[in-house]
Amino acid sequence: MRSHAKRLPSRPVILLLQLGVLIAFFLIWHVLTDTKILSPFFFGTPGAVLARTWADFASGVIWYHLGITLLETALAFVIGTVAGIAFGFWFARAPLVSVVFDPYIKAVNALPRVVLAPIFALWLGLGIWSKVALGVTLVFFIVFFNVYQGVKEVSPVVLANARMLGASSRDLFRHVYLPSALSWVFSSLHTAVGFAMVGAVVGEYLGSAAGLGYRIHQAEGVFDTVGVFSGMLVLTIFVVLIDAAVTVIEKRLLHWRPQDTSGGQH
Amino acid sequence: MAEAAAAAPALQLEGVTCTFPSPDGRGRSYTAVQGASFTVADGEFVSIVGPTGSGKSTMLNVAAGLLKPSEGRALSFGQPVTGINPKAGYMFQAEALMPWKSALDNVAAGLEFRGVSKAEARERAMPWLSRVGLEGFGDRFPHQLSGGMRKRVALAQTLIVDPKIILMDEPFSALDVQTRQMMENELLDLWAADRKSVVFITHDLEEAIAMSDRVLVLSAGPGSRLIGEYRIDLDRPRDVAEIRMTPQFLALHQEIWAQLRDEVLKGYAQTKLR
Repeated sequence: MRSHAKRLPSRPVILLLQLGVLIAFFLIWHVLTDTKILSPFFFGTPGAVLARTWADFASGVIWYHLGITLLETALAFVIGTVAGIAFGFWFARAPLVSVVFDPYIKAVNALPRVVLAPIFALWLGLGIWSKVALGVTLVFFIVFFNVYQGVKEVSPVVLANARMLGASSRDLFRHVYLPSALSWVFSSLHTAVGFAMVGAVVGEYLGSAAGLGYRIHQAEGVFDTVGVFSGMLVLTIFVVLIDAAVTVIEKRLLHWRPQDTSGGQH
Repeated sequence: MAEAAAAAPALQLEGVTCTFPSPDGRGRSYTAVQGASFTVADGEFVSIVGPTGSGKSTMLNVAAGLLKPSEGRALSFGQPVTGINPKAGYMFQAEALMPWKSALDNVAAGLEFRGVSKAEARERAMPWLSRVGLEGFGDRFPHQLSGGMRKRVALAQTLIVDPKIILMDEPFSALDVQTRQMMENELLDLWAADRKSVVFITHDLEEAIAMSDRVLVLSAGPGSRLIGEYRIDLDRPRDVAEIRMTPQFLALHQEIWAQLRDEVLKGYAQTKLR
């Protein structure tokens, strides 16, 4: 591992190269549409997309939609995670329940959740809650399976040791089961947050009056490719920022784990 | 032994038999320990040696209350062991530290479980870390410590709750020889300071003789029985490395090994059969 790492250039160089890829992408896009090899009607132009995005931020229109999508994402994530932890614990500690429900859990998890979006819209209306519900169905299963695994995989020796040290069943939950399960939840944090967002955007896309998904859908409805790409750009920036935040949180919460010390802060 | 009979012994196993259902589920059960009876006096250091697979850990788990024997019973200071034995501390062979807690919090855990506030438990854990030579390592997590350091944390973790009897299941078997001898001496020093009872399980006869007041020999499994008992009247304090060179030690080693060797060979044949 070390010898491979040594052959790589330093971090600033890598960042520059990464920036180069981005610029090259926009440059090629610009040249292709400017020379009309690709039709600007179908592909937009990078200049127009950037100008539209800038205008949206400058006028402040986009903040409202961003806020809605963020709220839906956060709600879906929190509700899905709490429910996933609760059910994960319950199933892991009650073998009969887990055996009986096993095929149904698998069946529901195998179902593509997008088909539920219209149902949720019917039940919960076109406001934020139908999107939150869609996100919850996605987040729940990831967290559920991870918590289930986390509780199941607690080392029996660590458990016996804690019991010998006088841990009550409440102590075992707080000091052994929960940290073990949470470490699994945190390691799936990226996926869970990503799915919460997919739920929100797909839900908005299929029927709503606000949010990033709604804006993209609106633009598509009037063949406004620049609007579509601008929406995608905002969404991408948004996702990258959230992902970076998750990485920071993950580093803080899982600092006891071996693989996270490679940074050498200790 | 006369004074030990007056006060209740720290540990007393009476005809303990442990039978497990066979892992392949074909209905044939496996007897790990057969009719084991022995006592450990208050303040006594007793080692149990036996070949691999002779049910040493099983007996310790019965003493700890982690395992209910199929027959017989265990008493600790006169009290039958039902559920976790509150007077016992247990040092496991495998890694038993909570990986998500720092060394200090691992040592403090036992106090926290007993209702001591987190701040106070940490304060009281500090001197214990220094006693096992880990001053300044309190904020490290288990994976950042060496194997020997983790064992020291485990030792402090076990001792901080002041158990009256310490059960040790090959605690140093994973360590290299030098670290191991250092740990053995440290354990003897700590033990000499306040003479708790110790049941020390090992497959290493030299380790057993060097540390104990008494050595018990287990036969090869399945259905291990206690087949020998040897008093080790070597002077204390001892240095585990130096004592191995003394003639008394060699004589004892020869005597016990004569009995143990056959069992080791039997145990080895068993593992080859399986």
